[in-house]
Amino acid sequence: MSAAVKKSVRILANIRLEEGIYDMLLEAGKMAEAAKPGQFISLYCKREGRLLPRPISICETDKEKGRIRLVYRVAGKGTKEFSELRAGDEIECIGPLGNGFALEGARALIIGGGIGIPPLLELAKQLKCDKKIILGYRDVTFLDKDFEGFGEVYIAAEDGSAGIKGNVMDVVKAYDFPADIIYACGPAPMLKAVKEYAESRNIKAQLSLEERMACGIGACLACVCRSVETDHHLNVRSKRVCKEGPVFYADEIIL
Amino acid sequence: MDERNKLKTEVTIAGITFKNPVTTASGTFGSGMEYCEYVNLSRLGAVTTKGVSLTPWEGNPTPRVAETYGGMLNAIGLQNPGIDVFIKRDLPFLRSFDTRIIVNVIGKTAEEYCEVAERLSECDVDMLEINISCPNVKEGGIAFGQDPARVEAITSQVKKHSKKPIIIKLSPNVTDISETARAAEAGGADAVSLINTITGMKIDIERMTFLLANKTGGLSGPAIKPIAVRMVYQAANAVKIPVIGMGGIMDGDDALEFIMAGATMVAVGTANFLNPKATEEVIEGIEAYMARKNIRDINELIGCVR
Repeated sequence: MSAAVKKSVRILANIRLEEGIYDMLLEAGKMAEAAKPGQFISLYCKREGRLLPRPISICETDKEKGRIRLVYRVAGKGTKEFSELRAGDEIECIGPLGNGFALEGARALIIGGGIGIPPLLELAKQLKCDKKIILGYRDVTFLDKDFEGFGEVYIAAEDGSAGIKGNVMDVVKAYDFPADIIYACGPAPMLKAVKEYAESRNIKAQLSLEERMACGIGACLACVCRSVETDHHLNVRSKRVCKEGPVFYADEIIL
Repeated sequence: MDERNKLKTEVTIAGITFKNPVTTASGTFGSGMEYCEYVNLSRLGAVTTKGVSLTPWEGNPTPRVAETYGGMLNAIGLQNPGIDVFIKRDLPFLRSFDTRIIVNVIGKTAEEYCEVAERLSECDVDMLEINISCPNVKEGGIAFGQDPARVEAITSQVKKHSKKPIIIKLSPNVTDISETARAAEAGGADAVSLINTITGMKIDIERMTFLLANKTGGLSGPAIKPIAVRMVYQAANAVKIPVIGMGGIMDGDDALEFIMAGATMVAVGTANFLNPKATEEVIEGIEAYMARKNIRDINELIGCVR
């Protein structure tokens, strides 16, 4: 039994952080109480022609005030529509969905790339251990200031406009941080590189995956990823990103 | 509520009575497990399961879904855990609810369909729906569903191996739906269900390639409803066996269109993905309509539009 609910919630704020990146605060009530770092909620469009809910990872939760913060990228017409909503508007959503990160380890590397960075913020807040936080961007940075105070923050920008010129793996390899757990979310090539690095150093890693979804609750089998072992539920070598994931141990899955 | 309790919503197909005419469209509801926390499964006329094959099927590569205006394309590829897991785990789960069970049957060959049907005949299920219309697999599926002669042949073969009534699920990807419906009837089908999805395609102009890994997918959702209603009407007028109608049903009003066009039962599919409570809301919508129009028996509405 999951704690997911479907309901209409009020938008408290919805501002542009950077070109194409938006920051939405929701009055989510019990949804916020139930949410774990790494879980997601799915938002519904108001335009009836756009049927499917858009899965968006939870960036921060305030359980006392019942608030959920989402930082999302405008990737298509649905997220464009979300970006045009104003404080005071209502939005239909379902969640929290998925499994979330397991909090563990004594020395953690938290690695985020681009729009994979937001779900790591709540993780960084809740994880009580030594943390190195490596954030990678193509050019403009966002959310990097929010991570300060939760660990040592390192920035990589591909265009060299901030931090180290290059990607997150350039930072990871340059410093060769000692770690017993890696948490990562970002584009597929980055996750693949993180997985290889974790395996080569024999470090446990939790990776948060992204895949196109329809239902978001485990029924449609659209969002599967390949798994090493036969999945208990599906009885084939794949797992549902929305249900068994989006967070997987690196050694469970094939990227 | 007292008024509604007097409404007769039972329908009968092949001697089996369903408490109401609403089931789920195969592949959109799993075996109900993911939905039971949103929907009271005992409220449904039946649960129609995702396709069950002899061995576990892995399905297609991802991306497997794409949204289109008013609809969606899918190319899941009939991924399922296979009949052993279905019988051991899913069936007892479904039996714990007061609803009928329709099991969707898939295979790569006629023999595989027959073997699945035979094994399910020994189980506590109510009906089998033979899926000869999935557009997303290379073997089986639609390969059996587009040619009337093959439809009749596979129907009569499966019928011989099944002790349960069989529903043949028809493809809309044909020139004349009346022909395939009649072929299923001639083969001994107890009912036909339609429509399965309509083959479609979406191009990702940024990546300059197909959006779905399978290139093509099956279009479903409200975008296809008028086509589905028309085909249900044609099929219902072509055969004497009952018709189960589906294709873009979002609410009770949509379901009633299918019923008036000639469907004895209706199935809710894509709507489940955007509203996990869709099935129950469709039932409530039908009941509200009946109460408003003072219709005592749903059977009065079946095929009332001529």
